[in-house]
Amino acid sequence: MTRARYRDALKHGAIWAFILVELAFFSIAGEYLSVSDKAFMDFDNMLLLLKQSAPIGIIALGMTIIMINGNIDLSVGATYALSAIVLLDSMTWPALQAMGDWAIPLAWGLALMTGAVLGAINGLIVWKTGVDAFIVTLGSMLGYRGLVFMINGEQPTSHLNWTLVDFAEAQFLGLHTATWFLLLTALALWLMMTRTVHGRNAYAIGNNREAAVNAGIRVGPHMMWNFVLIGFLAALSAVVFYSESGSVNPNDGMLFELWAVTAVVLGGTKLTGGYGSIISTLGGVIAIQLLRKGLGHIGAATETVNLVIGLILIAVLLLDRQLNRKGKEELKI
Amino acid sequence: MAGMTKQGIGSILAKQGILIAFAIFMIGFALANQRFIAIDNISGVIRSSAILGVMALGVTFVVIGGNFDLSVGSMMSFSTIVVLDLHDKLGPALAIPAMFAMTMALGAFIGFLVGYMKLNSLIVTLGMLSAIHGLTLTWSGGKNMDIADKAGTWFSIFGQGRILGVPVPILIFLGLAIILGIVLARTPFGRKVYAVGGNGQAATFSGIPRARIVFLTYVLSAFCVAVAGLLQASRSLGSQNTVGQGMELQVLAAVILGGASLMGGSGTIFKTVIGVLILGFIQNGLLLMGLAFYVQYVVTWGIIILAVWLDVAAKRGRLWSPTA
Repeated sequence: MTRARYRDALKHGAIWAFILVELAFFSIAGEYLSVSDKAFMDFDNMLLLLKQSAPIGIIALGMTIIMINGNIDLSVGATYALSAIVLLDSMTWPALQAMGDWAIPLAWGLALMTGAVLGAINGLIVWKTGVDAFIVTLGSMLGYRGLVFMINGEQPTSHLNWTLVDFAEAQFLGLHTATWFLLLTALALWLMMTRTVHGRNAYAIGNNREAAVNAGIRVGPHMMWNFVLIGFLAALSAVVFYSESGSVNPNDGMLFELWAVTAVVLGGTKLTGGYGSIISTLGGVIAIQLLRKGLGHIGAATETVNLVIGLILIAVLLLDRQLNRKGKEELKI
Repeated sequence: MAGMTKQGIGSILAKQGILIAFAIFMIGFALANQRFIAIDNISGVIRSSAILGVMALGVTFVVIGGNFDLSVGSMMSFSTIVVLDLHDKLGPALAIPAMFAMTMALGAFIGFLVGYMKLNSLIVTLGMLSAIHGLTLTWSGGKNMDIADKAGTWFSIFGQGRILGVPVPILIFLGLAIILGIVLARTPFGRKVYAVGGNGQAATFSGIPRARIVFLTYVLSAFCVAVAGLLQASRSLGSQNTVGQGMELQVLAAVILGGASLMGGSGTIFKTVIGVLILGFIQNGLLLMGLAFYVQYVVTWGIIILAVWLDVAAKRGRLWSPTA
């Protein structure tokens, strides 16, 4: 029992230990290799790191609950782009421009609603047709991207609203706006997954769908709600990012789904469902961003980031298999 | 009895639905635009589908074996960049085999991890997507790769040449499809791929070396990617680092459209070819109708979902999922 708990702690703590190793490595290596005089663990640098983690991070948090539920969502990148276009485009509509700064909450609302509706479409198809979520969202990844082009054309859409930019660049208690959104999302989802019936049922469905059905859990609505949520979060991520940048390219958000899944898996969530934690995903997101910044800091070419992350992902999988196999052997005794 | 007949119709629809859909599409587009069925248009479509098609042939083996391969897109970028770079350094006669060896080594590495180490194929190939992309960028230094003497090389024959009036990419695609179709349907290896994907445990118990079969499907897939990279490099004689980006999902869409189950154990080369052609002809047909290229994304979305839905519905005998 104690050994099981020890192993569990090891699994949950692994991602944070990895972050510490990264910090130590880049700080020490930076002393010798970095071209800049600044220390890697510079406070402003770390604050910036959190802010930069936010766009992928918010999506990865949503992906965690989808994967705990036993599904996957490959359409988040396209949902992100479509919501961004709704955000920036709606602010140029005459009706909204006449409203002055009151247009901002309305544009936000429209963008977030877009994300939720796109998520609901995915969820409804998965629920009602019984087609695997992988295929459904693979299809809508293409379809939503097509909608992005149809609405936006092939040129970038730009609209800078300075009130919005000020808001996005503000710091409250030292943390940037985007960081606050990331942390509050994590808190809300953590509460949902650990303290509510929906969270408990989501774990149950992912763990053993048949058993969940037999226990009287309605699988469909729970899956549907999770898809609505990840659509909403993809839109939230877009809202946070594009409020500041003010310009969206129709190809934006491509490969976000893969980055998000990578962060979730680094955090230890099982692809097969039923196991995973929101907080560990947050660790996974930070670990990836640290790696990006750290490799840049020690003067490695930016292209090596992809190589290193890919190999780390595979290494994590090998390690995880090792840990799990030990678990099963102990069970037999 | 009535129930049986109904089931019979359902299973015919499920088995041949993709062909019926294909026929309806072709007739519809042909009625809308005469140019659509002109010989040079059809040959143009098959030619431009060849690169995607060759990759889809290999992925079909992987999927039937019960696994995913998300790394084919970035692997194709890798082989394209490598063969273009080595073309000027070693000459084409050495560059081609060197590129094939390197690409297949990557495939063997993935096959080792998924087959022998039994790691989750989705994550492994996702990791390799990223890793190979990094490898490509490191190789090229992030710059575009171009052949110095574009006019004076015979290397362009694979992508641009014609034999007896037929474009070489079509010959390579269809030739490879026939060979791999025979390998999958008529050889012990092909039958073992089905067995491993259909029920891995049962296959192991009946003495089929599961690990080796899975390993070989990935090596085969990498071989197909190398062929695709060769076609791509030879067609354009220059390339960006991201030439294959996103193709892994299009390839998967073609394979799924062809009716291969993502659970493994079912699918054929012939149907994958049909899936590839459907994607190609839809794109072409919509362009001929004067619609922008991105309309095909939305149409493809609808078709993929519909195709798989009908397949699933026919198997369970009812249209809507019984999930509460």
